[in-house]
Amino acid sequence: MGLVHADEMTLNIGPQHPSTHGVLRLKVKTDGEIISEITPIIGYLHRCFEKHCETLSYEQIIPFTDRCDYIAAMNNNFGYVLAIEKMMDIQVPERVKYIRVIMAEFNRIASHLLALGTFGLDVGAYTPFLYMFRDRERILDLFEITCGARLLYNYMWVGGVSHDLPIGFVEASYRFLDEFEKNTKEYHNILSYNKIFIERSADVGVLPKDVAIDYGVTGPNLRGSGIKWDLRKDEPYSIYDRFRFNVPVGKGTMGSVGDCWDRYWVRAEEMNESVKIIRQALDKMPRDGDVHEALPKKVRPPKGSIYFRTESPRGDLGYYIISDGKGGPTRVKMRSPAFTALSALSEIASGWMLSDVLVILGSLDIVLGEIDR
Amino acid sequence: MIINQKVSDIIEKQFPGSVILPEEPQNDYIQLLPDNWNEIAKFLKNDTELKFDSCQCITGVDLGIEENLEVRYNFHSMKHKHKIEIRIAVERKRPSIPSVEQVWRGADWLEREVYDMYGVRFKGHRDLRRMLLPEDWKGWPLRKDYKTPNIYNGMKVKKVRKGWD
Amino acid sequence: MTIDNIIIWFQSWLPANFSIISLYLVAVLIAAIAIFAIMAVNALVAVYAERKISAFMQDRIGPMGQGPGLHAGKWGLLQTVADTIKLILKEDIIPRAADRKLFIIAPFVIFLGAFIALAAMPWGPNLIAADMNIGIFYILAVSSFGVIGIILAAWASDNKWSLFGGMRSAAQIISYEIPAALSLVAVILLGSTLSMQGIIESQAGTVWGFLPNWNIFNNPFSFFAFFIYFIAGVAEVNRTPFDIPEAESELVAGFHTEYSGMRWAFFFLSEYGNMLVVAGITVVAFLGGWQSPIEGVMQGAWWGLFWFLTKMTGVIMIMIWFRWTFPRLRVDQLMSVAWKVLLPIALFNLFGVAIWTLLVG
Repeated sequence: MGLVHADEMTLNIGPQHPSTHGVLRLKVKTDGEIISEITPIIGYLHRCFEKHCETLSYEQIIPFTDRCDYIAAMNNNFGYVLAIEKMMDIQVPERVKYIRVIMAEFNRIASHLLALGTFGLDVGAYTPFLYMFRDRERILDLFEITCGARLLYNYMWVGGVSHDLPIGFVEASYRFLDEFEKNTKEYHNILSYNKIFIERSADVGVLPKDVAIDYGVTGPNLRGSGIKWDLRKDEPYSIYDRFRFNVPVGKGTMGSVGDCWDRYWVRAEEMNESVKIIRQALDKMPRDGDVHEALPKKVRPPKGSIYFRTESPRGDLGYYIISDGKGGPTRVKMRSPAFTALSALSEIASGWMLSDVLVILGSLDIVLGEIDR
Repeated sequence: MIINQKVSDIIEKQFPGSVILPEEPQNDYIQLLPDNWNEIAKFLKNDTELKFDSCQCITGVDLGIEENLEVRYNFHSMKHKHKIEIRIAVERKRPSIPSVEQVWRGADWLEREVYDMYGVRFKGHRDLRRMLLPEDWKGWPLRKDYKTPNIYNGMKVKKVRKGWD
Repeated sequence: MTIDNIIIWFQSWLPANFSIISLYLVAVLIAAIAIFAIMAVNALVAVYAERKISAFMQDRIGPMGQGPGLHAGKWGLLQTVADTIKLILKEDIIPRAADRKLFIIAPFVIFLGAFIALAAMPWGPNLIAADMNIGIFYILAVSSFGVIGIILAAWASDNKWSLFGGMRSAAQIISYEIPAALSLVAVILLGSTLSMQGIIESQAGTVWGFLPNWNIFNNPFSFFAFFIYFIAGVAEVNRTPFDIPEAESELVAGFHTEYSGMRWAFFFLSEYGNMLVVAGITVVAFLGGWQSPIEGVMQGAWWGLFWFLTKMTGVIMIMIWFRWTFPRLRVDQLMSVAWKVLLPIALFNLFGVAIWTLLVG
């Protein structure tokens, strides 16, 4: 008897779809419900960031870096200004260093809350999404009283930050952190250890270690596969070496190492670690100081190039900046972590069912703004 | 960085003639010739002392209208925790470089992006097509001599030049 | 007030040779309008309740308004009325490549499935449209009618996504019919009758002196049968955690993606009508129907209606609660729950109830 060859159906998911986290198009070849091949097609959100940078000055680029990964805008700013400051050898005051770390970690928590909430939404759990957004709103309120913006801040400038912390920020942060630690227990009850959620995400979309390194996947996706690599600990930048925190790593508690549940769990635990960092920073921060002290009159890095990477909530965000002594850069390249994570999708999602593909996509936590720039 | 000098020496010993030594000694990057880039890449990844198993970033660079194009690679080793930068210059007329997509799977999309923006053809890449721009776009946007087109698929794009500088 | 009673009432004051066929038709029409009114009011109230309950569970408020008549009434009570008016006024779009006749018929077929099942639902001691002595058998038979409508809708939409949703839904509903029916057979054994009123009447009295003799408390096997029937019933209605056919985050809206306006409203009416049927059967078979929980207190014709509606509302609220708490099961997990978990337990239950009836009587 010969093999029965069922015809393959080519389907299109997106670009507009409630579940693709942005304008992403997935060309999917299915055989019944099982996917045989999946091709992501991107470029629907391309806004010519890199070409645009060549016509702007260094300070003018900072708001545009916000808009690439719009969910973790502080971290984008952070990487860029650290790169320029390294090129120009600028020493920022201590208070600025602490403020930057606090803002970056708050934004990490906000970004992870959104990632976990939308992951729950993909799986069908509507309620945890709203609970997590309630907490995210409080973080965005903190940002709003500092710099006036909720989502795209233009906060970190070369040599300092744009606004000092307002009166009452420190107390409000402590209040928020106390309440947030109680809420994380609630999230574990309602979503993480829910049997149906575990059935949907454990053992699904396993990303093996060598595949992850080969594809250049970094961040929580890599840590979910069992590799302990965090740029804040392994290549410390800014003042991260002064803080004590752990790096959660996926251990395959509910299934295999590197499945969707592990990536979800790594993000959930990272939020707790960020809370620790913020508490230590708030305790140690110098109480006064001028945040605009070290702002240079003209930002003109010397001729040369630099590749600098920082840990954004999605992985390691790299900036390759080439300067030739003028007021604006010759080339700015942003190496986005979600770009490499999405390139691994075609390998880890083949062979699963259609519902699983969306779960895997949700667990990779991509932001199209960063991928398309 | 000292590692650049060391790697440069190792590569020169293994593949004599590939390294272009700079005029004044520097240790930021290694300049290579494109000819046997694929073998050098495999060597960089598999050699136990170097073990550059993570391709971090591939950047295309246009140094000026009269100059060549360049492709710059940043590598990092998860095992030994060292990193290097490799630069390969290609000419503007028909830029072409051997692809390292089969060596590091992550280089697949990064090379496609360099092709999309600069027009550098990667020899041996299995699926070289545009990444961020539509498939039928003409031109290589990030080159310095790129002029934004006025017409796309028969649609005219009005350019309001009043008040611009 | 069954149809027969209406006919008798008509005959009492009309001349004797009035054609009985026309009387019969008028009586059926009255019953049908009543049931349609119940379904419509149920949809209005249940949708509003779902939106408010889900809002409170999710730490938000839900539809609100400023005052009677303004902005959907105070507390948004008129929200569903406003929604219905909007849906009626919407443009009726039928995709060009869709199969027109099937596209138009499909919502009505699903609606029929819920509508004719409600004909045998005992709303009170003598409030039942058709008091058949095979009541529960009839309901089980006709409630499967809706599957045809779903497949018609999925096929006629000419949309790969709808087709996916429709196929999944058909497979799901057919699989879950079996554990549902088996649990109901356990109940039938206990009551030794197929008639709805008979099953309710067999649950009179008390167990251990204070618990009402409802089938859920009667013996441990029927206690489990309640849970099996309830889970299978939730799956039959396509509600979360079994709402794969309308999985919003995957297939946009499943088999009713291409429907808009009043046609879509019909799908919703039918979904809530099906919820009504499942809740009704749960109440009749396991929770004592229109019997009051305490013997002798608040019993009678109109109190029976009150108890029935209260218990039904409670069951519907539990279904709403499920939807906003649990994530969704994947298709193959859904099927394996039906065939590998619920079916063996239902069979075992049936066996247990049979032995119990033999031994205890």
